[in-house]
Amino acid sequence: MYRYDQYDKAMVDARVAEFRDQARRRLEGKLTEDQFKPLRLMNGLYLQLHAYMLRVAIPYGTIDARQMEMLADIADKYDRGYGHFTTRQNIQYNWIKLEDTADALADLATVEMHAIQTSGNCIRNISADHFAGAAADEVVDPRPYAELMRQWSSFHPEFTYLPRKFKIAVIASEKDRAAMRLHDIGVRIVKRDGEVGAEFYAGGGMGRTPMIAPLIRDFVPIDQMITYAEACLRVYNRYGRRDNKYKARIKILVHELGAAEYIRQVEEEFAHMLSVGVEPPREELARIAEYFAPPAFVDGPKTVDRSDPDFALWVDRNTHRHKHDAYVSAVISLKPAGGIPGDATSEQMRLVARLAREYSFDELRVMHTQNLLLPHVRIADLPAVWQALDEAGLGSPNMDTIEDIIACPGLDYCSLANARSIPLAQRISERFAETGRTEVVGELKLKISGCINACGHHHAGHIGILGVDKKGTENYQLSLGGSEAEDVSLAKITGPGFDEDGVIAAVEKVTDVYLAARSDGERFLDTYRRIGMEPFKEALYG
Amino acid sequence: MTTNLGTSPDEVQFRFRDDEPVDHATVTVDSCCDQTNATAVRIEPGDDTRVLLPFLDRLALVEVNFPAFGDGRGYSSARILREAGFTGELRAVGAVLIDQLSHMRRCGFDSFAPDKRLDEEDALRAFATWENVYQRAADARRTIADKRHEA
Repeated sequence: MYRYDQYDKAMVDARVAEFRDQARRRLEGKLTEDQFKPLRLMNGLYLQLHAYMLRVAIPYGTIDARQMEMLADIADKYDRGYGHFTTRQNIQYNWIKLEDTADALADLATVEMHAIQTSGNCIRNISADHFAGAAADEVVDPRPYAELMRQWSSFHPEFTYLPRKFKIAVIASEKDRAAMRLHDIGVRIVKRDGEVGAEFYAGGGMGRTPMIAPLIRDFVPIDQMITYAEACLRVYNRYGRRDNKYKARIKILVHELGAAEYIRQVEEEFAHMLSVGVEPPREELARIAEYFAPPAFVDGPKTVDRSDPDFALWVDRNTHRHKHDAYVSAVISLKPAGGIPGDATSEQMRLVARLAREYSFDELRVMHTQNLLLPHVRIADLPAVWQALDEAGLGSPNMDTIEDIIACPGLDYCSLANARSIPLAQRISERFAETGRTEVVGELKLKISGCINACGHHHAGHIGILGVDKKGTENYQLSLGGSEAEDVSLAKITGPGFDEDGVIAAVEKVTDVYLAARSDGERFLDTYRRIGMEPFKEALYG
Repeated sequence: MTTNLGTSPDEVQFRFRDDEPVDHATVTVDSCCDQTNATAVRIEPGDDTRVLLPFLDRLALVEVNFPAFGDGRGYSSARILREAGFTGELRAVGAVLIDQLSHMRRCGFDSFAPDKRLDEEDALRAFATWENVYQRAADARRTIADKRHEA
């Protein structure tokens, strides 16, 4: 994986020094809270309901054992012994003190980590396919391209005060495991006649106005990728709406102009930018790519003793096909039944770090589904890995099942939320685990947001739940048919909302309809698409 | 019609040029396009900077106004002018704060007239924040990638 050289290190150190100075000026009264706010946000520091929250960047979700151990240390030293992994492959600490922040950032910097641009109206941490470098179906490893974009977008002088936040995801396969088209810019690295290039989508997003990004260019030559991205951003920076923060994302600009007009403006700016020359030298991508050279895989057994049914179930559910046939990628579920989606204790982080060292070439990934991943595990090592995970409460065999819920922090932590998300996720996963329905239902992606900002991706859930405030009580709206994958779609609302008990019962009813109607091999989403909303509505409200 | 709305040289707190500052007020972008003798113009966030490009030869000063520090359109305006070859004074005015100085400098601003005078020491430290830079911008600094791959 990527390693900092002296320059990358100096940049992060300079940023820590800058933030220390900003915090000092704030305390001396030279900065007002209004002036300080965007500065602390661009260093990942939010003010939540009860305390400051620090969001630490994990570029394209890739991390090594030493870094994971530092995340555990930060949790113990500055927080309450745990952290929360997020849908953008980052980690959040919920109980940070302002006066400790610069020290925490300095600790992170010792292991090449930071909280730069994890918030604020700037280009956020770049996310990527969590199976990058391991997936059997990828055209190339997308991470070198994401790293090139990380460097370009870090402290970009023109794009630090954009109309609104800006999220970029990079993938390199037909399958989309990064919700790519629900990003402000989605990039798919492709090959055409042997040439590598980038397919660009722009104007996707969730939030209160969910939109699927249209294709804006099917092939940008790879040595013009940064230039093209810069053109996309400049058009947005100049013409994105600034009169209303709820209409300030690029999706509104693309929608109001129309994709064709946005494309025309980007192409004009792109042609101009090519003449200015903003692309990094060609050798830079090659330099970065060397860090992502595949590890030294060795041949080995392709099968494993499956006589323990619990182990066999975990292998079936939580492992993913690898490009080398003696390996798999193994998902570490942070979704124990009844648990808080995405939370991990410092002890769990240290265990996972140890497993990465022993069994996965010192590499870990954070998945956008709020799970962790050992990308390169020898099939022969799976029993040992599973046993260690199981003992630590990390062995739930539930990837992509109804227990694998994405949920935002909700009203338990978030100052924007209207309703709680976490208790609902806990009760639903508990209920399905108890009744044994999880396995019967199979793949079913349930996503819960505690307000219309949609941090829990409810628009993209096969089943989505949105918490709203209805005259002072929490109310939950149910929606069906969303997908964040290559078959991307936005979920449709079923009808009137439910109270907490009611929505749990509603989820069960919806799965009843599915089980009664499904034909062979159909996932919940497939059945919904085939039979439509009516049978579900009938069961819920009829 | 000429509108007297510019900053005077007295209000400029930092200037990275040796030539004499323009001693008269700026006009709006609209006025600048209509009248052929204006040599100083002021850009507001909503203006299309590119309409000025035919007149760059006669302009000695372009002020870019930041009515609110969070409105970043002026950064693009500055770069567009420099990319078009503008070599006159490019002045950031309005809500110009310490922590924006280094980015503004990179986008091509070479003079600064903040609404509220800035602490000199803090400002000089801010201008020097980044010993190295990742991106190419209007300041022609060699980027980190350039340094990595120089022969």
